[in-house]
Amino acid sequence: MSEAVAERNAGVVEGPIASPRELMPYAIFAGVVLMMLVYFVGAEEGALSLIGGSSVHELVHDARHLLGFPCH
Amino acid sequence: MVRSLLIRGMLVGLLAGVLAFAFAYAFGEPQVQHAIDFEDLMAAKAGAAHEHALISRGTQRTVGLLIGTVAMGVALGGMFALVFAYAYGRVGSFGVRATSALLALAAYVTITLVPFTKYPASPPSVGNADTIDRRTLLFFAMIAITVLAAIAAGRVRREYAERLGPWNAAIAAGAVFVLVVAAAQLILPAVHETPAGFPADVLYRFRLASLGISATLWLTIGLAFGATAERLVAAQPGRARARRAGAAA
Repeated sequence: MSEAVAERNAGVVEGPIASPRELMPYAIFAGVVLMMLVYFVGAEEGALSLIGGSSVHELVHDARHLLGFPCH
Repeated sequence: MVRSLLIRGMLVGLLAGVLAFAFAYAFGEPQVQHAIDFEDLMAAKAGAAHEHALISRGTQRTVGLLIGTVAMGVALGGMFALVFAYAYGRVGSFGVRATSALLALAAYVTITLVPFTKYPASPPSVGNADTIDRRTLLFFAMIAITVLAAIAAGRVRREYAERLGPWNAAIAAGAVFVLVVAAAQLILPAVHETPAGFPADVLYRFRLASLGISATLWLTIGLAFGATAERLVAAQPGRARARRAGAAA
């Protein structure tokens, strides 16, 4: 019984889980890498072109349209 | 902690991307094909040479679509995990799963739904290639404005919760959000690039499918991430001690 109550209490918020200092390196590094991923799906060889040609654009063409990014 | 959350977020995003692919393949692809057929018909009428695709349509609608949705899922899942790591315990006193679900709902509304009312998803042949730079800029600007408006609204709610009471503070926050978004939508230029004769039904179904794909992504991320993060947060050393102390008392 007390075990079950303790389990439920574990769900209660006890304040933040990560300090800004702890978060910062991840936010910068992973943020940039993940934004690049969004960029390649959403805008490479459209408004901007890093690689050149149109193979990335064509490969993710359908996803780009269906995910709502401007295309063509 | 942040590292584990980030990895889980990206894995959950992978799953979300696969589910979004299934939804997109079933509901989106038929409309994309209708739109491309229209484009080819118009090109043939204009006497233009058939554009030879670098990558076949068969690859685009299967492997290409999967790569696109999974990459998007992983990216959104990872960024979601980082936002969650910051928001949990700071924004309201919701539990892990509720924070995750509400954050995903907020993401869907501010990143997809509200910007969509100004610059909706468009199938092939809707949209002029010459305006792609401008449209891309406007699209991301609308998303940025909407997200910032939501963050501002959240601040207003917390700031005035005690003075005005929870209901009135929430209404004030909602008003701030709507006013900022409405002003932005009135000021930003409209995009009218649907070619004459483009089937309205295809456009409607394509846009509905697009909203469904994003809903699949965010729903999966919000619910699955909450489930996996709950165990992680509960198992955190500091929290386990607090839990034992609570059980002993």
